[in-house]
Amino acid sequence: MPTTEPRTLTTVAAPTVANGAADAQPLVSVRALDAYFGATRAVRDVSVDFVEGQVTAIIGPSGCGKSTLLRCLNRMHETIAGARTEGEVLLDGKDIYARGVNPIAVRRRIGMVFQRPTPFPTMSIRDNVVAGFRAAGHTAPSRAEQDQIAEWALRRSALWDEVKDRLRESAMALSGGQQQRLCIARALATRPRVLLLDEPTASLDPLSTQKVEELVYELRGDVTVVIVTHNMQQAARVSDRTAFMLLGELVEVAPTTRMFTSPADARTEAYITGRFG
Amino acid sequence: MPSTSLHGASAGDRIYRFATTAFALSIPLLLVLLGVEVAVAAWPALKAFKFSFLTSSDWDAVNGVFGAAPAIYGTIVSSALALVIATPLAIGVAIFLSEFAPAWLRQPVAFFVDLLAAIPSVVYGLWGIFVLVPLLREHVMPFLADRLHLGNTPFFSGPAYGPSMLAAGLILAIMVLPYISSVTREVLMAVPRAQREAALALGATRWEMIRGAVLPYASSGIMGGVILGLGRALGETMAVTMVIGNRHEISASLFAPGYTMASLIANEFSEATNDMHLSALMGVGAVLLAITLVVNIIARWLVWRVQRQARA
Repeated sequence: MPTTEPRTLTTVAAPTVANGAADAQPLVSVRALDAYFGATRAVRDVSVDFVEGQVTAIIGPSGCGKSTLLRCLNRMHETIAGARTEGEVLLDGKDIYARGVNPIAVRRRIGMVFQRPTPFPTMSIRDNVVAGFRAAGHTAPSRAEQDQIAEWALRRSALWDEVKDRLRESAMALSGGQQQRLCIARALATRPRVLLLDEPTASLDPLSTQKVEELVYELRGDVTVVIVTHNMQQAARVSDRTAFMLLGELVEVAPTTRMFTSPADARTEAYITGRFG
Repeated sequence: MPSTSLHGASAGDRIYRFATTAFALSIPLLLVLLGVEVAVAAWPALKAFKFSFLTSSDWDAVNGVFGAAPAIYGTIVSSALALVIATPLAIGVAIFLSEFAPAWLRQPVAFFVDLLAAIPSVVYGLWGIFVLVPLLREHVMPFLADRLHLGNTPFFSGPAYGPSMLAAGLILAIMVLPYISSVTREVLMAVPRAQREAALALGATRWEMIRGAVLPYASSGIMGGVILGLGRALGETMAVTMVIGNRHEISASLFAPGYTMASLIANEFSEATNDMHLSALMGVGAVLLAITLVVNIIARWLVWRVQRQARA
């Protein structure tokens, strides 16, 4: 944990993260969610809880709807032309799809990092980190405050030591792995309750992947993480709970250790033992 | 190279290749020849007047003294004025079309904007003489000078004749707008979806996304579009000649008539009877050619850079 914390942390530090504590509070609850691209139903009647302070992995073969489900959690799905959703997603018990809810406000509480690093190429490393923070603030924070936020977020994403001497340089000067951690820092800078990671290591080399995984592991407790991954080993390494999706349906959710040792559903077993996908 | 025979290309292929190569090479060759011809023809005047050809305001065909400064000044000022007016408008149109317009409105509006580029420039000139210039003389110029009290500044002083640098700038602004706007629209649409999503996922509003992620990403391409528009404005002849007033004098006032290099050539080529006069006109042409070439090269380079970035 970094020592500099410029603002009070609004997230409640979760207590001990027991393996899949079923009685823990769900921070995000998905209820009977359907997601469509035009007439295609990509997510089918999914209900699942994401426990506060835990890391939940969503696994499943390509095209099973896991990324779409993730993008429904911060209302990014609807930014695609022709895309829509039915059902509820509750954040702290309030439906983010309810009438009158501003998707912008939702996205400020639920951060997202994509498959490929997406730093803003014309901005410096420091400006990238505070880009969302600046957008989210109604009053422009002072430069010193922005610097503090940037340092905090970069420390939190284990990037500070690598970039502290070149904060003014272009973000494009960083390696792919560093760019991805920069994007995580950028998402963390707005202090989201939930962080959504959409195959965050798919375009990274093994060493960078390891760093991102360590970072995700570090974040538990402070932030509720939902990570979509292709890689079952990755799910096993970083997550407390794992959800398995197939053909748009949620097949099974269970504590990760149980999921990978004794899955309840035959299809889950077939997938994790490598019989398809 | 595909070929029916195992041994080399067939005769048909060879002829075809030779012919297309010749066609392709003839274009750059033509440009080089044209440049050389103009430079050679301009040489006597450039040698005789040296730098005063660019800096002097004396243009006296009878006494054989040629200084093209007012035309160079007029070309640059009218084009710059056009860009100042057209750029914000064109970028606004492009942002609307690429980011906000509903799909059914996008194509028709884009079509009409592009159509502005297809109107013959003499039609613009005619409209300029009979609509724009009287409008400027009777309403806009009095308004600027008296109502806004800008008449005391050097830029809006002097009598309101109508034909003026301001009229030329306005006509040019309308004419270059479609160029800037269509290039801008294309580079905006080339901004990767990932960049937009990255901004949206941070809780940016539509406008914050455009301002923070889309425009910076596209900025060098937009600059390329602006410079492409500048290239058009520098060389535009007919419409400008019809409304600028054709007076060979440098004046700071936008209300005053002026001259451009292109209209100077268009007005005088038929009367250039002695060699020095002709060579002076060629000199003006050489300067104009050099400026437009450089401007176009910069424009292409900027657009190419942003496209390469988008692919990477």
